[in-house]
Amino acid sequence: MESIATIQGMTVLAVGIIFGLGALGTAIGFGILGGRFLEGAARQPELTPMLQTKMFIVAALVDAVAMIGIGFALFFTFANPFLAAVQPAAG
Amino acid sequence: MAAVEHAASAAEKAPTANEYIVHHLTFLKNREPGGIVDFHVIHWDSVFFSVLLAVLFAGSFWLAARRASSVGVPKGFQSFVELIIDFIDTTVKESFSHHSRVIAPLALTIFAWVFLFNFMDMLPVDLLPWVGRFFGVHYLKSVPSTDVNITFGMSLTVFALIIFYSIKMKGLGGFVSEFTMQPFAAKNPVVKVLLIPANLLLEIVPFIARPISLSLRLFGNLFAGEMIFLLIALLTLNGVEQLTGFGGWLGVIAQLVLGLVWAIFHILVITLQAFIFMVLTIIYLSMAHEHH
Repeated sequence: MESIATIQGMTVLAVGIIFGLGALGTAIGFGILGGRFLEGAARQPELTPMLQTKMFIVAALVDAVAMIGIGFALFFTFANPFLAAVQPAAG
Repeated sequence: MAAVEHAASAAEKAPTANEYIVHHLTFLKNREPGGIVDFHVIHWDSVFFSVLLAVLFAGSFWLAARRASSVGVPKGFQSFVELIIDFIDTTVKESFSHHSRVIAPLALTIFAWVFLFNFMDMLPVDLLPWVGRFFGVHYLKSVPSTDVNITFGMSLTVFALIIFYSIKMKGLGGFVSEFTMQPFAAKNPVVKVLLIPANLLLEIVPFIARPISLSLRLFGNLFAGEMIFLLIALLTLNGVEQLTGFGGWLGVIAQLVLGLVWAIFHILVITLQAFIFMVLTIIYLSMAHEHH
């Protein structure tokens, strides 16, 4: 029973860290990306549509790894393989 | 786990939150997987919806092409199809500077198919499973891009195309030299051979990371989106009975507001992810076609 509680506690911490660090990295990345886009659009307003398209492309690249992390974190929350490995043994 | 859920649904009690979510995350499969990788398992619901959406997209565009009239202003569905074709044409021309008959149809297929996959997430979470229950289907996941198998199938196909076109355009020698002579180049043949391990490492990692990230980016975004829809659906888990209390009404109103907000934001996400998958495919294939 204790091992199950330990694994669940550790999983919750891991999920929290994944979400938190992913959000941190993504937020900083988007901040820099958005700032550069606004600077570029302010310098040359006629390029704004092209820059906007490129910004969206880079935006999806920036939050790709964060989303992959979220996918894994949700997987650990609802279908935890570590728990599944321990459960038959612990009963 | 499945037995517990069957007992719960047989007794017609409201499921617990965890049961509800796990039930909605379970695919309709022919057998339980015997490990992380099991090629005997087929997800019937993913296969059904992906084939259905492919037939829908290809069929309607083919019909529009057959009935296309080049006289006068295009109307209705034809003008919509022309809009999409124009968009794909512009996007391909921006990123792909070589000759290929495959790239534009491929880009159109990827964009339309992935967008239709993602669009299935906009339907209410319980709608299709409710319909499925009338047909005796107890587990139904209607969004194919939340199935890692589907996203990896598409990205591995793109990966195979990248390798095929790299070898076709650069030759086998050119393809190998792309991995062994870059990014550290040397004139001396001995130094060249010495640098091969470093070059291999620096080139293989991004090369393998591309299909994996292409597939998992789409999966992660859609899985997270579906998960939030499920969590919003949990707010009215107790059905009509919860309308007797203040908390129950709060749940209904919160679900309406949150569901609306998230659905509107999700419209951006589904279009963006389909666009990104297409653009990255075009860029990777453009890099594969490059030869000096």
